[in-house]
Amino acid sequence: MSCPDLKGAPIHLDNLTVTYQRHPAVHHVTGSFEAGSLTAIIGPNGAGKSTLIKALTGNMAASEGRIDRAGMSASRYGYLPQAAEVDRSFPLSVFDTVAMGDWHRLGIFGGMKRQDVDRALDALDKVGLSGFEERRISELSSGQFQRVLFARLLLQDAPVILLDEPFNAIDERTTRDLLALIRHWHEHGRTVIAVLHDMSQVRQCFPQTLLMAREAIAWGATDEVLQPHNLRRANMMEESWREDAHTCEIHEEQA
Amino acid sequence: MSLVTMAYDATLAPFVEFGFMRRALVACMALGLGSGPVGVLLMLRRMSLVGDAMSHAVLPGAAVGFLVAGLSLPAMGLGGLVVGLAVALLSGLVSRTTAVREDASFASFYLTSLAAGVLIVSLKGSSVDLLHVLFGTILAIDQNALYLIAGISSLTLVLLALIYRPLVMECFDPGFLRAVGGRGHLYHVLFLLLVVLNLVAGFQSLGTLMAVGLMMLPAVAARFWAVSLPGMMFSAMLVAFLAGIVGLNISFHTGVASGPTIVLSASGIYLLSFLFGRLGIVRQRLSRPHLAG
Repeated sequence: MSCPDLKGAPIHLDNLTVTYQRHPAVHHVTGSFEAGSLTAIIGPNGAGKSTLIKALTGNMAASEGRIDRAGMSASRYGYLPQAAEVDRSFPLSVFDTVAMGDWHRLGIFGGMKRQDVDRALDALDKVGLSGFEERRISELSSGQFQRVLFARLLLQDAPVILLDEPFNAIDERTTRDLLALIRHWHEHGRTVIAVLHDMSQVRQCFPQTLLMAREAIAWGATDEVLQPHNLRRANMMEESWREDAHTCEIHEEQA
Repeated sequence: MSLVTMAYDATLAPFVEFGFMRRALVACMALGLGSGPVGVLLMLRRMSLVGDAMSHAVLPGAAVGFLVAGLSLPAMGLGGLVVGLAVALLSGLVSRTTAVREDASFASFYLTSLAAGVLIVSLKGSSVDLLHVLFGTILAIDQNALYLIAGISSLTLVLLALIYRPLVMECFDPGFLRAVGGRGHLYHVLFLLLVVLNLVAGFQSLGTLMAVGLMMLPAVAARFWAVSLPGMMFSAMLVAFLAGIVGLNISFHTGVASGPTIVLSASGIYLLSFLFGRLGIVRQRLSRPHLAG
């Protein structure tokens, strides 16, 4: 599997807070995803994992604090949304879906040249879906569809790759193949950040972990983060917002 | 009388002999060209009923145009366009800034619009005028109205071609489009503009209440014939053409109102498509041996 070395960029979070209707989903998080690192974001439901990914992609604005992308535009990040956020009934072919990954090269009007078509076909081949080009996405299984989205990521060829629950509802073999791709990106210097739920997967494949419960409970080497006292603290997080919550008193200089 | 002559009299003769029938047919075809693809995208975005709501939203603007200039198409069209767009944008704004979903805010706005429109028309006009605005007068289409409809259809096709790629991405995976810097809201607003424009194009022919008929029924029928997006758009255009030809013929030969007959013809084609289309229920139920792999 060929993949050109493309140095991943670091991302620094400085007191980042992201809110829904003023309630924080990500609360005063400070820390760094180092260039070329492979980080899992874990935490209970409602911990702000996906919100953080959306903030990193620029889909959600920071209510407080900031994200320093080291001069790189968020639009150059590769992004895999949660499966539920994609309309799989839309009448698109597999090839057209993968070709969306070429947006940053083609934009609105650019036409695909022969080499662009070849790159898209190559990406499909790498995820094991050669011959599926003309299939409708509505005809694919969940695992096959996830492979298509990974092929789109391959075509994006991004230095920073953000994955929001990439292995939900897919079988063991597909998970293994896609994990190999993630490892491959990491080996070639890309910064990869993935929201995950499977702890054993995190322990085996992700050297860095950010454990969230709206705030960052622990962030660092996976073995150190996945300590029982950290997990216990994360699980104690109240899932619902407090409607009577007072205004947050923590400000930038204190955080 | 030979069979050929009978077929000619039943189908082509009205269009050959009468200018108003030809203009009505051209209006239907031009409407189908623009409204068909827009309807397909509305359907795929699960906004079919939003299209219906927006057709009502055109009414108060058209009514103000009527109040100022009488039954003048440019004045009513401009009024319809301005108010239709305002309602579309306000509904979008309400749903994006509050917990109210887009369909609910559209429903609130369209009911208000409909009531305001009927009230405004009744201030000056008779009930006949109100019927013209609500149900259209396709047989009274003149040259200027045709130019307006053809202009809007042409603009629709050109604009759709220009924004096709991001519009498809916005429908399929809005988060991805925003992440790659594709400004999804811009294309959503441009699309709503096209919806309103096509409703304005349709309201003189079919009235504000039924203008959405040639937009949505062909689109839904097309779902039973094509699997690709371009295929659906093309099928929707054909269904709209066919509904125009069949509806105008039935209306001519039986003397019933033409607008509702065209929309009912589109409904008939939808029913036939549902039953006998390539992806219709009959073909799906046909017992055929399964394949080996």
